Amino acid sequence: MLIGLGLYGIIIQDQVLRKLLSFNLVGTGVFLLFGVIGRRGAEGGLGGDPVVFGLVITGIVVAFSATALAVALLIRLHEETGDDTLLDEAPGEEEK
Amino acid sequence: MSDLNAMISSISSDGTLLVFSLVLPVIGMLLAMLTGGRHARTVVLLMLVANVAVASGIITGIWESGQAITYHLGGWSPPLGIELRADGLSAAMMAVTALVSLAAGLYAPAGFRFPPSKGSPALESRMSFVFWFLLSATVAAMNLVFLAQDLFSLYVALELVAFAGVPMVALSGSANTLRAALRYLIFALIGSIFYLLGAVLLYGFYGTLDISLLAGLVEPGPSLWLILAFMTVGLAAKTALFPLHIWLPPAHAGAPPAASALLSALVVKASFFLVVRLWFDVVPGLPSPSASQVLGAMGAGAIMFGGVLALLQARLKLLIAYSTIAQLGYLFLAFPLAFGMGAGFETGPALTGGMFQAMAHAFAKASMFMAAGLIAEAIGHDRIADLGGLGRVLPVTCLAFGIAALSLIGVPPTGGFVAKWILLEVAATSGQWWWAVFLIVGGFLAGGYMFRVIVPALARDVVPPTLIAPVSKFREAVVLVLALLALALGLFSDAPAELLTLGRPPSADVIQP
Repeated sequence: MLIGLGLYGIIIQDQVLRKLLSFNLVGTGVFLLFGVIGRRGAEGGLGGDPVVFGLVITGIVVAFSATALAVALLIRLHEETGDDTLLDEAPGEEEK
Repeated sequence: MSDLNAMISSISSDGTLLVFSLVLPVIGMLLAMLTGGRHARTVVLLMLVANVAVASGIITGIWESGQAITYHLGGWSPPLGIELRADGLSAAMMAVTALVSLAAGLYAPAGFRFPPSKGSPALESRMSFVFWFLLSATVAAMNLVFLAQDLFSLYVALELVAFAGVPMVALSGSANTLRAALRYLIFALIGSIFYLLGAVLLYGFYGTLDISLLAGLVEPGPSLWLILAFMTVGLAAKTALFPLHIWLPPAHAGAPPAASALLSALVVKASFFLVVRLWFDVVPGLPSPSASQVLGAMGAGAIMFGGVLALLQARLKLLIAYSTIAQLGYLFLAFPLAFGMGAGFETGPALTGGMFQAMAHAFAKASMFMAAGLIAEAIGHDRIADLGGLGRVLPVTCLAFGIAALSLIGVPPTGGFVAKWILLEVAATSGQWWWAVFLIVGGFLAGGYMFRVIVPALARDVVPPTLIAPVSKFREAVVLVLALLALALGLFSDAPAELLTLGRPPSADVIQP
């Protein structure tokens, strides 16, 4: 559900910031799915599958740095052009 | 360096060398950051030379033993630990990475003034500094992609490659390249999240992410198709496979020439390599022929589309970028050719052809982007229409460009020819003649767009363009050596072809649990 919502957002939204938020939504969806799998896989008495937690944390860190990189690029783009979309000749909108 | 080499030769038989190949670039990166400024270049170049030595050490190790080198990080064995593993494929790709990145490093020193934007010295030095940093980061990440054996490490490695590649696109800092970089980043993110989704589902079903363990566990079924589809689409987006290619031309054409060479020759190959791992190692022989036909159709579409668009471009760098899309299409033709044999799954020749194409393309394309960079620097523009008579003022560069072009077209005896010949042969023997048609038409298209550049460049009766800047002989030589490597790959094709088959997982013969 989250994944679908996020994908829709990435495709529909012009503004990069919103695309980014959508991407984070997709990421969260995937991590949640991972969590569910970890829960289900842990029938041996443990609270959860430790491998899954390790992987999810790594994934979150990666997603976080990706977001940071994208925001940095976006800020530079905004400084250069005052524009925050990826359309080649689009007029900038009031955002950010 | 000499004692390092001695050390390397003494340990080339065990897996420590694999760790070296990962640690060296990272050390180079950190040292470059510490020393900063002018020294960054020296440090990184030394690191790249050492990296070539490590890669050749790994190749010798595999060559002599005929087996893959493996290393278990921290002594933990696969279900829980992380395994590094170098087989013939990874060794060959690592060697290509090492050579191309070294060439890019040697070429780069003056290569940051394209396009001539701001021009303030502060910006300039920061750009070159960041470039060295990113160069080592790319090498480290690429090596990890080639060595990692579990799908999650591969995900991390893939992200690292993207994080190194994206800033490289934006090096010049102009609005257009920033936009291209952001678009690339978003494609890369979507691609990797799809890949991760597939990996998560695989873990959910089979409880492991190790490639060799998975190969023994997976069984065909709708869930596996879904997973494969997720992962392949994600990776295709990162490889810029048609129709998910739209980010590539602006990104590759906007970067400085040394960076475009890296991006086009290496970075896109990382995700291609993952597709190979996925289809040939994780699920050997399981995908139905129809699924691989879809991949092949995308590849064929890329060949046609990239070829036609390259014919239409007015700028040299954009032409080369579109030609990358077309050449990447060939890589994906290997999949239907390997899977559609009727009698089942046949890794050998088709995979060799595909990997040969990847290697030949890496050398040729790197050489071509750098040649284009030299041309742009020397005459101040890269409009194809005004390149007439260029052969007389820049003979070495044009020679290199020509050799690289011949390899891309697939004229014997270049590496590109060998790759296409192997693929053609497989297409003929497996009765899939329609792919052969695409191979041949793609060759004609490549011939078309390359001769658009070469023929006027060699014309006699045109006034040659005036040079606005002298071209360094050394950098011309680097470009030429890269082109000659693409040529040598064709002349001495036996050894690399054999290397590619060494240390492969036993999937083709018998599937081990």
